Amino acid sequence: MYLADRCRSLPGTTGSRAAVPSAVLALGAVSLITDVSSEMITAVLPLYVVAGLGLSPLGFGLLDGVNNGATALVQLLGGALADRGGGRHKAVAAFGYGLSALCKPLLLLAGSVPAIGAVLAVERTGKGLRTAPRDAMISLATAPEHRGRAFGVHRAMDTVGALLGPLIAFAVLAAADGSQGGASAGTDGYHAVFTVSACVAALGVLVLLLFVPSRRAVGPAAKPPLRQTLALIRVPALRRLTLCAVLLGLSTVSDAFVYLLIQRRTGLAVGLFPLLPLGTSAAFLLLAVPFGSLADRIGRPRLFLAGHGALLLGYGLLLCPLSGAAPVLLVLALHGAFYAATDGVLAAAASGTVPAEHQGAGLALVGTGQGAARFVCSLAFGAAWSAWGGHTALALAATALATTSVVAFGILRTHQEATT
Amino acid sequence: MTRRVLLLLFAVLLLGGVGTTAVLNASANAGQREHQQAGGPAVRNGNLTLRPPSGRELVFRNMTWGPYRDDLVTVPADRPDAPRTASGVKCLRFYAASGTGVCLQAEHGTLGDSYQAVILDAGLRELHRFPLAGIPTRARVSPDGRLAAWTVFVGGDSYAGTNFSTRTSIVDTRTWKLDDNLETFTIIKDGHPYRASDINVWGVTFADDDRFYATVATGGQTYLVQGSLSARTLTTLHQNVECPSLSPDGTRIAYKKRVPGASPDAPWRLYVLDLRTMTETATAEHRNIDDQAVWSDDSTLVYALPGNYGTDLWTVPADGTGAARLLTKAALAPAYLQAN
Repeated sequence: MYLADRCRSLPGTTGSRAAVPSAVLALGAVSLITDVSSEMITAVLPLYVVAGLGLSPLGFGLLDGVNNGATALVQLLGGALADRGGGRHKAVAAFGYGLSALCKPLLLLAGSVPAIGAVLAVERTGKGLRTAPRDAMISLATAPEHRGRAFGVHRAMDTVGALLGPLIAFAVLAAADGSQGGASAGTDGYHAVFTVSACVAALGVLVLLLFVPSRRAVGPAAKPPLRQTLALIRVPALRRLTLCAVLLGLSTVSDAFVYLLIQRRTGLAVGLFPLLPLGTSAAFLLLAVPFGSLADRIGRPRLFLAGHGALLLGYGLLLCPLSGAAPVLLVLALHGAFYAATDGVLAAAASGTVPAEHQGAGLALVGTGQGAARFVCSLAFGAAWSAWGGHTALALAATALATTSVVAFGILRTHQEATT
Repeated sequence: MTRRVLLLLFAVLLLGGVGTTAVLNASANAGQREHQQAGGPAVRNGNLTLRPPSGRELVFRNMTWGPYRDDLVTVPADRPDAPRTASGVKCLRFYAASGTGVCLQAEHGTLGDSYQAVILDAGLRELHRFPLAGIPTRARVSPDGRLAAWTVFVGGDSYAGTNFSTRTSIVDTRTWKLDDNLETFTIIKDGHPYRASDINVWGVTFADDDRFYATVATGGQTYLVQGSLSARTLTTLHQNVECPSLSPDGTRIAYKKRVPGASPDAPWRLYVLDLRTMTETATAEHRNIDDQAVWSDDSTLVYALPGNYGTDLWTVPADGTGAARLLTKAALAPAYLQAN
């Protein structure tokens, strides 16, 4: 059956140095360009709201939790829609990228915090819609034994965009300020950033339309999409993988808390706080491709678990009394390694468990499960912090992660025994 | 293939053109403002001191476009429209009392702006500076000039986007001991110690060199707290209070209150809380305010509202009578300076 065939991503199947398919490079370029565009906005938005518009962003209620939950569901919808009629991945992805691109010029018109929040919510809906069809296109364009590396290349390109975005945004801001060295320059500079970001986003959509091949139909026309997606749960390998992703997601503390803990535990200088996400991204960028190739050789579930081991190590370090730069860098390296060993690797592992005509929905199911579980974890983590303080909350999360890792190891090992 | 490449090239040129035009336009506007001076309040260079030789003065951040944009300027307190005396010191936020000033500044860099809190003496000479974790929003000095406090906005992690938090610090300008984050103080809510991961503290106003008031937000609710620097505690007193400002006689708090039924774009109105009776009085200012008000005396409030130059200063009686009145245009972050 196709499952056995697709799981054969074990050592020695083929030479592992085959070129990365051009479709993957094109999708990587689209993600790179799009991330430049969206990270430009993310980088200047707090400044724009506080310094440009002179508004207090606090106390407007945190929509983030609601947004995260909604994004997870939208991802499921995107995957299901993309599989419908046998492979409309490119069309759904283009709609998602296009929707996000349209939001950038809308920011020029949004002058209040609720309006900006609404635009960002639509932006994230576009992101949710495009994720699953994009990953499905990556896996469909790549031979099964090279998918780990293909996803690694894609994630690395994506991260390059995320790192470049803030640099470009501040360069635009500096150029638009002209000779004015004063503390405030009104909203013109920010509007220039939004305009440039919109142009970059439009370019991303165009690269997608021009250079990403559309696939012909790969399967029979489908049943109602959501029912079909849920039916995928009955595929044993996908069910096991989703279960593991959910379990581990339930003990994965969100990035915001990780950085807050690093700052609190190590007494990091306040000016360095905004640089913490850059550390994670740098490690992710460096390790995504080698870890992807490694996953192709030693098995994706194995590396996925090892990645959570790196995260556990990071939690352990944060629980020790620390000070100075070295432990901070080590924790960030482990955090980046965790992403490099799990983000693209999970997609690659999931793509091996479902037939070609259900790639979008299958990947969406795993992604949604993981996203929803992480959301639940951040709620629980926040509550634990309230009740017992940050240190105890982290100790609990570490214990939970150790436990779920052992359980996941058990589940995935029986799976490997069953298929080999 | 070649057609696709040509199309892409064309799009790059077109989009590049649009982007470049936007940047050049913004730059030209910035350059124009550099020279625009006419119409607004007059500003001239001069010697500025936080201890005026005679009379009472008003110091604030000048918002008129031109070379004096963001400069600290002074005017006689009773003639706010008199020509402004500029100091050459630029601040985003400022406050001063008894010859001590706290100036929250931006410094431009390649990786974005960085921010500093600079403590100034009466001659505006720098005594000490502290790096800030985010964008400055509030600043205060204790009545005798010994303690300074500030609040900054800190963006959450880069993937969250709209997730903001605050960080509030207090420094003792005699010992330079810095309490970097008031969130580490013990919070006593309704009589019991309270802990949460979502605590934010902002808007300190000092009673003396130990006791102060501030806003604590947690669980979607804001509280007026009374703080003690020596005991490192924050004790809740009242709900729905943001950016408190203590009256000179220490009996009342002016603050912004989130009023029910207001538009989510403009949720706050200016209120005064009597600390003895805990009764709230709405002021005659009916517009949305987003500022930490200043008391010009025991019965009058001064605060900023959006205007043509960014912000203007307005004034209203603290007892709910009268009407709001424009104090001066193109100004922000006021403080009253007393003669020796």
